[in-house]
Amino acid sequence: MNANNLLQGAIYIAVFLACVKPLGAYMAEIYEGRVPRPVRWLLPLERGLYRLCGVDPAEEMSWQNYAVAKLLFNAAGLFALYALQRLQHLLPLNPMKMAAVSPDSSFNTAVSFATNTNWQGYGGETTMSYLTQMLGLTVQNFVSAAGGMAVMAALIRGFVRRQSATVGNFWTDMIRGVVYILLPLSAVLAVILVSQGVVQTLKPYAAASVIEIAQDSRGKPMAGQTIALGPAASQISIKQLGTNGGGFFNANSAHPFENPTPLSNFLEMESLVLIAAALCFTFGKMVGDVRQGWALLAAMTLIFVPMLWLCVASEQKGNPAFDALGVDQRPTIEQPGGNMEGKETRLGIASSAIWATATTSVSNGSVNSMHDSFTPLGGLVPMALMQLSEVVYGGVGSGLYGMLLYAVVAVFLAGLMVGRTPEYLGKKIESFEMKMASIGILVSPACALLGTAVAVACAAGRAGVSNPGPHGFSEILYAFSSGANNNGSAFAGLNANTPFYNVTIGLAMFFGRYWIAVPVLAMAGSLARKKFVPESSGTLPTHTPLFIVFLVGIVVMVGALTFFPALALGPIAEHLLMIGKGA
Amino acid sequence: MKKAAKIRLLSDAKILIPAAGAAFAKLDPRHQIKNPVMFVVEVGSLMTTALWVEAALGHGEMRSGFILAVSLWLWFTVIFANFAEAVAEGRGKAQAATLRQARKETPAKLLAQGRRGETPAAVPASRLRKGDVVLVEAGDVIPMDGTVIEGVASVNEAAITGESAPVIRESGGDRSAVTGGTTVLSDWIVVRVTANPGDTFLDHMIDMVEGAKRQKTPNEIALSILLAGMTIVFLLATATLLPFSLYSVSQVGRGSPVTVTVLIALLVCLIPTTIGGLLAAIGIAGMDRLIQANVIAMSGRAVEAAGDVDVLLLDKTGTITLGNRQAVSFLPAEGVSREVLADAAQLASLSDETPEGRSIVVLAKERYGLRHRNVHELGASFVPFTAQTRMSGVDLHDGRQIRKGAADAVEAYVKGQGGTFPVEVRAVVERISKEGGTPLAVADRGKVLGVVHLKDIVKGGIRERFAELRRMGIKTVMITGDNPMTAAAIAAEAGVDDFLAEATPEAKLRLIRDIQKEGRLVAMAGDGTNDAPALAQADVAVAMNQGTQAAKEAGNMVDLDSNPTKLIEIVEIGKQLLITRGALTTFSVANDVSKYFAIIPAAFATTYPALKALNIMHLATPESAILSAVIFNALIIVVLLPLALRGVKYRAVPASRLLRDHVLIYGLGGVVAPFVGIKLIDMMLVACHLA
Repeated sequence: MNANNLLQGAIYIAVFLACVKPLGAYMAEIYEGRVPRPVRWLLPLERGLYRLCGVDPAEEMSWQNYAVAKLLFNAAGLFALYALQRLQHLLPLNPMKMAAVSPDSSFNTAVSFATNTNWQGYGGETTMSYLTQMLGLTVQNFVSAAGGMAVMAALIRGFVRRQSATVGNFWTDMIRGVVYILLPLSAVLAVILVSQGVVQTLKPYAAASVIEIAQDSRGKPMAGQTIALGPAASQISIKQLGTNGGGFFNANSAHPFENPTPLSNFLEMESLVLIAAALCFTFGKMVGDVRQGWALLAAMTLIFVPMLWLCVASEQKGNPAFDALGVDQRPTIEQPGGNMEGKETRLGIASSAIWATATTSVSNGSVNSMHDSFTPLGGLVPMALMQLSEVVYGGVGSGLYGMLLYAVVAVFLAGLMVGRTPEYLGKKIESFEMKMASIGILVSPACALLGTAVAVACAAGRAGVSNPGPHGFSEILYAFSSGANNNGSAFAGLNANTPFYNVTIGLAMFFGRYWIAVPVLAMAGSLARKKFVPESSGTLPTHTPLFIVFLVGIVVMVGALTFFPALALGPIAEHLLMIGKGA
Repeated sequence: MKKAAKIRLLSDAKILIPAAGAAFAKLDPRHQIKNPVMFVVEVGSLMTTALWVEAALGHGEMRSGFILAVSLWLWFTVIFANFAEAVAEGRGKAQAATLRQARKETPAKLLAQGRRGETPAAVPASRLRKGDVVLVEAGDVIPMDGTVIEGVASVNEAAITGESAPVIRESGGDRSAVTGGTTVLSDWIVVRVTANPGDTFLDHMIDMVEGAKRQKTPNEIALSILLAGMTIVFLLATATLLPFSLYSVSQVGRGSPVTVTVLIALLVCLIPTTIGGLLAAIGIAGMDRLIQANVIAMSGRAVEAAGDVDVLLLDKTGTITLGNRQAVSFLPAEGVSREVLADAAQLASLSDETPEGRSIVVLAKERYGLRHRNVHELGASFVPFTAQTRMSGVDLHDGRQIRKGAADAVEAYVKGQGGTFPVEVRAVVERISKEGGTPLAVADRGKVLGVVHLKDIVKGGIRERFAELRRMGIKTVMITGDNPMTAAAIAAEAGVDDFLAEATPEAKLRLIRDIQKEGRLVAMAGDGTNDAPALAQADVAVAMNQGTQAAKEAGNMVDLDSNPTKLIEIVEIGKQLLITRGALTTFSVANDVSKYFAIIPAAFATTYPALKALNIMHLATPESAILSAVIFNALIIVVLLPLALRGVKYRAVPASRLLRDHVLIYGLGGVVAPFVGIKLIDMMLVACHLA
């Protein structure tokens, strides 16, 4: 860790934490049904959308209706996206004449974008037409993010409401989330990104002639180069803000047209964590005790900071095997030092490692470096962060409701230890809540582990691996951890655009999203029906440092105990081999 | 009951020997399936046994001796857990046997017409039904629970309460309930049966102590779900290790894949066997502690609810204050000396057998050395208290007519004799009332001598108990029939948080409903029939055993000692039950960290020798490492059994401190302890040349 790395890390954390309160308070207003003055002018858009969709904004839904509405909406989006990809060769706005996408890849991508995972088995500029990118992928970027926030809003109402049969209205939560939160923020960000050089055009790809004639993989000389273009800025801004992560181009934010300057890199990095972190304050504000929100944010940050440190330090340290070969890995004025394989030289160690940690702790999944090329411990960090079920900030909405599932378990254990049947925010935690929390916490590890087990056991799964030994195993484990936890980032080494991986990872993403969202909504319904238990001095306080540490302990223990054996066969073994412990 | 209470669970052969037998009987899968965690262990034990047989026949995946050792210790794990449950049930079983003797067939004297005069028909008690009327005479065992409708008798209730001093049971009032199985010592009573056979108090009690109809309580169910969830996670984590290991071996081309025996050992070590094995014992022991306190809970749910109680409603009389008021001072009128007043008051009280009257005699003796005098020797005639005069007193030969009573009654008497009631005495009367005391005016014919100050005496130590309750987050409310002024004074003296004065049954019921509407849980104790609606409404309702049948039916617990202060103890037992569960769950999960460090390097060292770096305990060999973890996992159940039975001690400190202490002890302790334990076991295995 050098001063540069420390400073970059500190600034990164300080900036998004500073935004938590204002943005969080604003979002609380939105989900409580108010329209703050600065965005009054959007009111006609909101009302127009209600009329267009035939939604009665005053209608209240039971959790079952809420869940059905969400599932139907996502199913419709999934089919639409599938159809768009399959039919894109017949549709307009396809200047590069992209062919129809294969059925398995279309399925995978449709699930991926509808579930806010944005795992990409395809390469954007060689696969998707502009229409598919804009009408399909960008739209899903917005609605999958708003959908996650809607489920969270319903869960918060579960805590807030007393003896109520309803948890809100899915359609209004969706529309308000898009209109008042995601649209304004991403419009502003898109304009700034364009100012930095991110492309935004409907023109066909540019052809450039090259000075130095290179050879292609078959040894043929390449006379010219095609430079991919497209309406990228509008998609990139929401890809970051909505914790989606699916790049417009294959190289994602390592691509100079997605992420051209240090400023664009900084803003994209900040924006990926912005909403997820701010929602903690929204939660505190809505439940009427902001300390509760700060406590969750503190718990997340307590996990985030050491992981960030580990990742940056490991990358900066580099590979000891190189030292033996006399390669200079020290940072100097001319070079960043450390492990620069798979990193953009213009971004360097800190910006790459901070991004890698942030994009996996938040369920974003966009990358500006190739995690596959990280040192074993540096690569363990993104993988472990995903395996903690994406609750350290996590996806917008989904991260917080995931963390609340852990909070429910923590409250249950801690509550018992103070001698009361447990209660959280005045609601008794009983067997139904425990059942839903257990299912919610169980699903993503189950998908990740079972998916990996199937892949290593099948020839089709083993075929995609490009590295031998523990690293190859890490690639598969990473892919399924990413899918099951709706992250979407990849250890680039795995060739995952095969029918086998498209289908298995597609299923992992699907279960990983809805088998958590539906139990969360069920819990919201059950909590809303309960009476409120007032606080007394015998009540377990859930905003104290002690409880925060306990919650962190539960999250880390569940994640570590579930994945330690698997990690031991992957990055841990690799690390020990690298540092020369018994070859 | 009292005798049974002396049985020490873990040192009494009468409990341990049958429990050891029961531990094996409980291996029946139909029983084991009720506990998913231990069921998984039993399946694992069966599988390793099969693997051992295979190995013994020469086709084993590992050395047969090692598989046998793992298998045996897995069996021990299940048996230890069963043993824990059996020991916890042991005392209940012994007590149930004693209680059953009281339930043996007794003949009953049925009065077909329900009248005392008729000739009773002899029928067996088991033929009696609700509503039948029976005659019970001296020496008879009361055949069934019921209400006395005629007569009065002394009854020995030792069979139920363990208290051998007889109690009086009579028709009408709050002492009319009798319990089947108790014995009438003298006189006779006519009893209307209020329970059908199989549904009597004694039956409930036997079920309860025996745990025969023990159902999981809501919190226990919630915890079981969490434990089952963890078991599934670990099942996945270990089952997927087999393909992971096969793949790794094929990639590295070195070592052998992890064996099924090792995977089962790892699984059993990881799943929460400690809490899974002790959960039932904790629940039974909690009920048992209640029984030791001589309280019979009608459901386990009530015990759990007791831990959550926010508000305690306590009757003033008997709970907060000693049963009766006592004289504390003599306040003479102007021109009268204290001795004269004391003398007159004592004379007037000599024949007054009420506790108040006796306390005046005692106070006069203590303060002014006035001896107890015989009323007859003085030739005095006693004037008893009547509802009309509202005074009592004495007429003496010398013409003195001393009266004592409520101030307004004495005032009327004095005025009737041509005297006046002095203003300064009226002021004293008012002051005493305001302080919560009872003023008793004393007069001799037309002359007012002064006032005796009677006071409710708050029980010693009760103030500290209430302070303790406040620290536990429990609010106390005193219920009294006194006027608000008196009530406020006593409430302040006793240190309760609130009071309900001039309480009627309706007011009590309304108060409970109001508190519950705020979402709080209410506990109360009661004995009278007019307490029944409030008892039925309260979340934790403790009926006094000496109370009426209606009260006992409305409550969800019965205190055999009829001591309302016991509510506090009940709350503590409820909390202790929950704390013990939480502490052992935390401990159980925290243990897993060390087991990974023991087993993972051992399991995969042939493929990745580099993983030996994780063997931070420096366990001797892979086999000894795995075996040590399994042995530790089994032994910890036995080691923690005394704690599960005794319960984690509850201290009345704020929740945050309680959590801090318990996280440190059971969380951090749970991480550290197995590192030490596993290392020690490994060293012993090495020392015995077993590894």
